[in-house]
Parts: sequence; structure tokens; C-alpha cells
Amino acid sequence: MIDVKGLVKSYGPKRAVDGVSFTVKRGEILGFLGPNGAGKSTTMKMITGYVRPDEGTARVDGVDVQEDPVGVKRRIGYLPENAPAYPEMTVQEFLRFIAEVRGYSDPKARDSQVERAIALTHLSSARGQTIETLSKGYKQRVGFAQALLHDPAVLILDEPTDGLDPNQKNEVRSLIKSMAVEKAVILSTHILEEVEAICTRVIIISRGRVVADESPAALLARKPGARMDEIFRSLTDTDV
Amino acid sequence: MKQVKSIFKREFAGYFRTPVAYVFLVAFLMISVALSYSRFGGFFKAGIASLDAYFGFFPWLFLFIVPAVGMRLWSEEKRSGTAELLFTLPVTTLEAVVGKFLAGWAFLALAVLLSFPMALTIGYLGSPDWGVVGTSYLGAILMAGGFLGVCSLTSALTKNQVVSFVISLCVCAVLVFLGYSGFTSFLEGFLPVGVSDAVSNFSFITHFNPMVRGIVDLKDVAFFVSLIGFTLFLNVVALER
Repeated sequence: MIDVKGLVKSYGPKRAVDGVSFTVKRGEILGFLGPNGAGKSTTMKMITGYVRPDEGTARVDGVDVQEDPVGVKRRIGYLPENAPAYPEMTVQEFLRFIAEVRGYSDPKARDSQVERAIALTHLSSARGQTIETLSKGYKQRVGFAQALLHDPAVLILDEPTDGLDPNQKNEVRSLIKSMAVEKAVILSTHILEEVEAICTRVIIISRGRVVADESPAALLARKPGARMDEIFRSLTDTDV
Repeated sequence: MKQVKSIFKREFAGYFRTPVAYVFLVAFLMISVALSYSRFGGFFKAGIASLDAYFGFFPWLFLFIVPAVGMRLWSEEKRSGTAELLFTLPVTTLEAVVGKFLAGWAFLALAVLLSFPMALTIGYLGSPDWGVVGTSYLGAILMAGGFLGVCSLTSALTKNQVVSFVISLCVCAVLVFLGYSGFTSFLEGFLPVGVSDAVSNFSFITHFNPMVRGIVDLKDVAFFVSLIGFTLFLNVVALER
């Protein structure tokens, strides 16, 4: 479903992403790990067509992001870091706007998509509130609802559980897990146990390069008896 | 095209979700009417049933008021991170730029049209030439579009609304001053008339004044339309950079 080939992006002299390649199949949940500034977000932004790569490209469902960025955007649900949303809109207004831009112009179809997203993310109690008055956890849910709204085949989630309390984290994880059966999911995170809990594969990225690409079990088997954070540290210790 | 419509709707309604729109409309109408009644405008002293005294101030008034509307168009999206959201939705940059521009323009047009009691006043006081009133409104709305194109472009260049406001103000000030009678006569003092005419051709005033006098010349309309087209094109380039 997602086919990333040789992505490169430089900011000034620094190569933020330096030749990242990988593929994600339907039904997989790929955990994207790496220290801050390793290039996780930049890679995701290139797959979603927000940032243009200097070299390489990404294909989503066979569509090349360089050739047809709008086609890729149509197929992807994307939750950017910190879940940006228009603060002065209410949750319902905001989701309706997203649905309209996503092509649900018929009010009935639009509202049924919005209702589905609200139900999935348990937002019905907050639907009339303006987004600026929401707590961080609720804002994150709005971002989630926005990404899920058109039932995309590919989900790209940049730190989906960031800032949530333990119960909300659990809920988001089980939501991702339940949806992943017929989707390809990429999520970035700092939380190593999250990867163990839900991901079917892990990619560790350090200084813009992929340093590990395997199942969580295989990663743990690299150093029998070691915990995941030790393995993570030994793979990324050049990245300071 | 559907995308343009939904972006337009969101943006236009957005003006009214905060007090900004109401403050702006009231301030604009109060200042514009006060200026025309003042001794600089001489609305009553002139003793003519026309809106010359009202529209004459528009280039100067727009200089401050349009940057106030335009400064948030893109700066705000960039600062709050919603630009990332918008440009990962299935819209092209052009659709987003056009949608947001049209929303701002419609809002400015609303502000201009809400001055209709002024037209009713001259209708009550005398028998104005309604054709001239109509072309004045047309000119004011076209000029608002020209100003807004510039402001939308400068707003796309920065995250900071204050910086955006100041740059818009400077660029628009140049485009107004080039046609200001004091400045053009100063230029004519040492430049051939042809050159100073060419310079003043880049000004809002030069192309707006004929419409206040009731003349709709194709070249004046073309000036505003091509200015809008050109600034929006640069706007797309600036955002895709």
C-alpha cells in the first residue's frame, strides 16, 4: 500500500532525511521510532505530500506523490503532530468542513461520515464546543476524527498518543488496532511499549537513515534478555 | 471547484466567528463616513448630490484597512499549523488560494456595500446620477480586490501577522502614492510627462478615480483584474516554495 523509495530532504546543510526506503502492506501497523530530530516527521510529511522531497518518492496505493499529490492526499488520513485544527470552529463545524473538502458535498452523506467519525472517537459530548476550549486529549481526538473521516486505506499518524492520559492512550491504541485489519498504518511515537503493544513492524530511524526494519520480536531477539529501550539506545547512540 | 466553495464558506464564516468582523465593519463605516463629513471631505459643503467626497478617501482608507483583513489569511494558518492540515487535504494550492482570497474579497465587498445609507442620503437630498454611484461601488470593490491580492501575497510570506501587516502597508502605500496628485506633479517637475504618466499608471488612484467619476474604462478594469491575477499567482508560488 505504501511504497517509499530513497527519500531525501535537506534543510540547509543538514540532511534531515537521507535515503529512507520501506514498504507497508495492508494490515500492517508500522511503528516509526527515533530520537527527536531524526527525521520521522519529515518522512511522514513527504509521504503525505506536504513537503516535497529533494530526491526519491513515495507511492500510496500505486499513486505517486510527486506526480499526483492530490490523488495521494485523497487516499490518506493524516494526523499531523499536535493535531492542528481551526480553533474558533466547533468540533462539528470543523468535521463538516473536512467532509466537504473530502468531497462529501451531499449534506446527508457528509453528516453520516461526520457522525461515524464522532462515534469512533467518542466526541459526541464535545461536538458543540469550539476547538480552542478543548483539552489536549479532546483536541487529539478531533485530529483523529478528521483523519478517519473518509475511511482511508492508509493512515499516517504523527504521535497519536502524545499528551493523552493512560486511559486515553489505551483507547487510541485499541482503536488503531481494530481498524488496522483492512488498512496500512504508519505511526510515530516515543513510547517504546506502544510499539510492543500494537505494531506489527518497527522502523528505527536515526540521523535520517533507517537503522532497523523488522518485527518487534525480531528487534527484541537482537540482544536476548535486553529491554527494548536498551536496544533502541544502542542503535541510535550516534544521534546526539 | 467544489473545494474552492468549501474553503470559501469556511473562511467567510470564520470572519464572523470572532468579533473581528463586527469591529472591522463598524470601524470602517464610521471612519469612512466621518472622513467624508469632515472639512477635508466637504460632503455637505459641496452642495452636490454625489458620493465623490465619500469614495475619494477610499484609496487612503483601504491602505490601512485591507492589510488588517488580509494579514491573517495565510500567516494565521502557518502559525497555528493548520496550513499542514489544509495542504494534506485533497486540494491544490491554487484552489486554497482562490477560496481564501474570494472569502476576503466578499467580506470587503460587504463592508463597502454596507455604506448604502450614504447612497440613500444623497438620493434623499437631491437627484444623483445613479450610474455614477454604481460605477463608484464597482470601482471600490475592484480596488479592494487589488489591495487584497497584495495583502494575501505578503501574508503568505511570513508566519507573523504584524510583519505581514507592515509589509502589506508598505507595498500598498507605494501603489497608492504613485498616483497621488502631489507626487505626480512633483515628478512632472523634472521628468518627461510620458514617464510620470507611466509611473502613475501603476497606482490604484489612477485607475479608481475615473470610476468615481462614472467612467468604466476597460484598461482600468484590466489593471485591477490583472493585479489580482498576478498577486494570486505569486501567492501560489510563495506557498509551494
